Parts: sequence; structure tokens; C-alpha cells
Amino acid sequence: MTKTDTTDAGPPPGAPAPRGRTRSGLGRALLGAAGIAAFLTLWEAVPRLGLVSDRYLPPATEVLGVLAQRATTPGFWAAVGDTLHGWALGLAIAFAAAVVLGFTLGALPRVRAFTTSTVDFLRPIPSVALIPLAVLLYGTDIRSTLLLVVYACFWLIYIQVLYGVADVDPVAEQTARSYGLGRLARIRYVVWPTTLPYLMTGLRLAAAVALILSITAQLIIGTPGIGQEIAIAQSSNAVAYVYALIVATGILGVLINMGVRVLERRVLRWHTSVRGEATA
Amino acid sequence: MLKVTALQKIYNGGASAVEAVRDLTFELAEGELVCLVGPSGCGKTTLLKCIAGLMPPTSGTVELAGDSVTAPPPDMAVVFQEYGRSLFAWMSVRANVELPLKEKKLPKERRRELVAQSLEAVGLTAFADSYPWQLSGGMQQRVAIARAVAYEPKVLLMDEPFAAVDAQTRADLEDLIRNIWQRLGVTVLFVTHDIDEAVYLGERVLVLSSSPTVVQDDITVDLPAERDQLTTRQDERFTELRARVYAQIQQAKNSAAPAAAH
Ligand SMILES: Nc1ncnc2c1ncn2[C@@H]1O[C@H](COP(=O)(O)OP(=O)(O)OP(=O)(O)O)[C@@H](O)[C@H]1O
Ligand SMILES: [Mg+2]
Repeated sequence: MTKTDTTDAGPPPGAPAPRGRTRSGLGRALLGAAGIAAFLTLWEAVPRLGLVSDRYLPPATEVLGVLAQRATTPGFWAAVGDTLHGWALGLAIAFAAAVVLGFTLGALPRVRAFTTSTVDFLRPIPSVALIPLAVLLYGTDIRSTLLLVVYACFWLIYIQVLYGVADVDPVAEQTARSYGLGRLARIRYVVWPTTLPYLMTGLRLAAAVALILSITAQLIIGTPGIGQEIAIAQSSNAVAYVYALIVATGILGVLINMGVRVLERRVLRWHTSVRGEATA
Repeated sequence: MLKVTALQKIYNGGASAVEAVRDLTFELAEGELVCLVGPSGCGKTTLLKCIAGLMPPTSGTVELAGDSVTAPPPDMAVVFQEYGRSLFAWMSVRANVELPLKEKKLPKERRRELVAQSLEAVGLTAFADSYPWQLSGGMQQRVAIARAVAYEPKVLLMDEPFAAVDAQTRADLEDLIRNIWQRLGVTVLFVTHDIDEAVYLGERVLVLSSSPTVVQDDITVDLPAERDQLTTRQDERFTELRARVYAQIQQAKNSAAPAAAH
């Protein structure tokens, strides 16, 4: 609960990480594809050569085959849908709550100081510690997933919003005031855009964490979704399907991350972290 | 119109208190163009921010048209010294200039007209859709000037607005300011480091002493109203005034605490 606690979330002062240039984009993509191909070959070879028993690690082709085959069944997509539902709803609730509270408390320094110690206490509590509570309250209902997702994501975004709100340039603020912008207009035209880069960072972190937690909740509590499918596949000893589901989760994670990046790039066209590409 | 009385400002930041301005008293008549010169760090920006109602003075008062200034008054525009930070990076040049007009609830047609006119006046029509960070420092400064001009203020405060532009552009902008001043009858307080500029632009030049700051001299510029970059600057009277301001600034710099102001 010391001051240093607040820094461990790693607020990137001023910004999301810099990105590669699009010019080298093609080379990069090729390199990435080659990397994946090498990885798959290795995965294929290890069980085939008997280095690891294929009871523990089925070869890549088998796993991908199972995945392709399952991808034609509605049950698989229902699980994906449930997972995404928990992910999106949880993230949305956390986002809305964090933005509203962050902006409100950011504007009320005294209230913020009053709540800081509580926030510093609640924030490090791992969401998974709430699993028994979730089960107690909601059983295997989707609300159990939501509880975990919202709890973890809320703090990630909330802290970023507080950093963002505090980062408003005094000269920009004074300019707005001298041109007669009222409180709401200043929030809309000055505070909000200043906070956006922080908010996007928070959102990017939270989007990944939300996926992790919705899978965790499904796996451990048994709320519907990919995690629950994994648990079922495991208990019925369908090893290849377990792997197939893990791969599916990975793909989902990659897609989500790409989506957030695209959003970030659009929303922050004007920001230093994106600018280079816009002008290059 | 604008009356500053016994203005004192002490910054209470942390351990040490800094007295930026000790005792300033002066007055601007309606429609007057006054230049303010003084050594670096003597409190010119501080004074402007107090006048703009952005900062309460420690003691003393600022009155605008008889009313005491406690918050940013309407019909006042400020061009900040930190022009880069004063433009909104997330808005295009056009949107930056237009935003204050929107807040003024001007109809769309009128806004477009004012934005076009003011960007034209500072020579940035072609850059209306660029973002401020795509422009050079001097161009950014001109955007800030265009924004203030489009606002059609009654009082215009400018804090070294031409610091980042080349000599030719500077001359053009000086004429632009005089032109706007004559056309709109706006009251202007113009901070500059450039003595020639102060004499060329102003109807009066206020010289501030170095810290602790008081008004060291108040010089009336009795040059003809129509000024011209070439002839005015060659005028004998111009040279005299210039020399006087120069001497005053030298004195301001040398004497840390001038015994008698004026
Ligand atoms: N926010 C602040 N907190 C504490 N001291 C300040 C602050 N702003 C300015 N000062 C001090 O007040 C004095 C006057 O500063 P100010 O910026 O008004 O000078 P200036 O005349 O505008 O200088 P310049 O010509 O270099 O722009 C300086 O000594 C400065 O250190
Ligand atoms: Mg200054």
C-alpha cells in the first residue's frame, strides 16, 4: 500500500509501445510465417520420433485435424460464443465503470486521495481468489465468469484512466479555459483525448486478461465456454481435443489482440505512438 | 478598459516562494495597442495569466471594463508562449481554430468564414486539414495566432507570439496584427523581447524591471498610425524611441532592484 504499488501496473508514461514500420511489414510477416511453420514441424516431429509419447502430446497434424473437424460442429462454436460473450460483456462492464469512476474521481482530487489506500489494497487481490465467492453467489451461471473478468479488468483500466486524467497539459487546459470552454467541453475536448492513449493501453491489457479469466472461470467453476469444454475433454481423455481447444484459445487471443491494435491505431491516429505511420 | 492595480504574484511552490511580480500598476485604454518588454524571467507571462483570469494574483486587482477579473473573461483571447502545447494535437488545424467559435455558439456558416479568413491571413489555408504536429514551429505559432484572430476578441493578449518565425513572416505578422487592431478596434497587450518590434507595433511600450518586478518605464510611441516596415523603421523618431527603450531595458537588467520606478 505504499506509493510504489501504483507503479507496478507499468503505466507507459505517455504511451503505448512503439510499433514497427509498415515498410518492413511484409518481411516481418514472412518471417513470422516461417517461425510458425518451424514450430509446427517441431511439434509434429517430437511425438512422431517418439521423443514424447503421443498420449501426452499428439502430433500437430492430428490436433489441427481434430480442431478442423470440431470446427464444423455447432457445439464448438457455442463454446466459442459463450467464451466471447463472457469476455465482451465483462470487458464492457469493466470499461464503462472504470471510465465513469476514473473521470469522476480524477476530477475530485480529495475524494481520490481518500480512496487511494482502499484501491491499493483491493487492486492486487488476484481475481481467482474470488472463485469460491463467485460459486457461492452465482454457481455455474455466466455471472460467475463476469465477476472474475470485471474485477480484474476494472482495476487495469481504472488505474490507466487516473494516470491519463492527471496528465492533462496545463497549457492546453488554460487555453481551453481562456477560450471559454466550460467544464464539460473541457472534458470532451481536452481531458478525454489526453486520456485516450492511457485508456487504450488499459483496454489492451484488460482484453487479454479478460480472455484468461473467462477461460479460467469456465475451466474451474464450469460455467459454459471453451474452458468447460477443455475440462470435459480432459475427463473423457480426448487428449487431441484438449490440445485443439488450447490452440483455439490461442487463436482467439491473437485475434483479440489484433483487433485492439487496429482500434488503437484508428483512435490514436494523432498520437506520437501512431503518427509515424500516418505520415510516412 | 484594462486596469491593473498594485498587482503582486508570489508562487508558493514547495519550499521556496518566488515573487514573480512585485507591484504593477498600469492601464490600457479601450482600443489601445501596448507592447510589454522586460528581461527574461521578470514575470511577463505571469502578468498575462493574471490578466487572463487563469491565476489569482497574490494581491492587487485586475479590472476589465470596470469588472474585476476572477475567471477567464469572455471576449478575451490569449496566445500562449508555449504555442505547441497550446494547440490540441488531436484536432486538425481547422478544428483547433474552430473549437472556440463553436463554444461561442456561432452559426456554422459564420464559423467557416472566420476560420477561412484567419487561416488565409496567416498563410496557412493549405494546411487546414493537417494536424499541428505535422507543421513547423513557426507554422504552429501562426495557427495559434489564427485561432485568436478568428475568435474576434475585444481584448487580445499575446505572449511572444512571433518567437519562432523567420524575419519575413514576422514582418508580415506584425502588419497583420496592426491591421486587425485597426480594423476591429481590439485592445492588445503584446509581450515581446524584440525592441524594434515593440516600437514598431505599439502605441505605447511598457518596460518592466527585472525581478522584483515593477513598471520601469511607460513610453508613448508617437509614430504615425500608418506604419510601414521600411519607412517607419528608418524614421528618425523610431530610432530615438528604440534607443530609449533599449536604455531602459539595459537599466532594468543591470539594477536588480531599481530604487525609483520611473
Ligand atoms: N508555476 C510556477 N511556479 C513557481 N515559479 C514560477 C512559476 N511560473 C513562473 N515562475 C517564476 O516566476 C518568474 C517569472 O516567470 P515568467 O514565466 O512570468 O517570466 P517571463 O517574463 O514570462 O519570462 P520569459 O521572457 O523568459 O518568458 C520566474 O522567476 C519563474 O521562475
Ligand atoms: Mg514568458
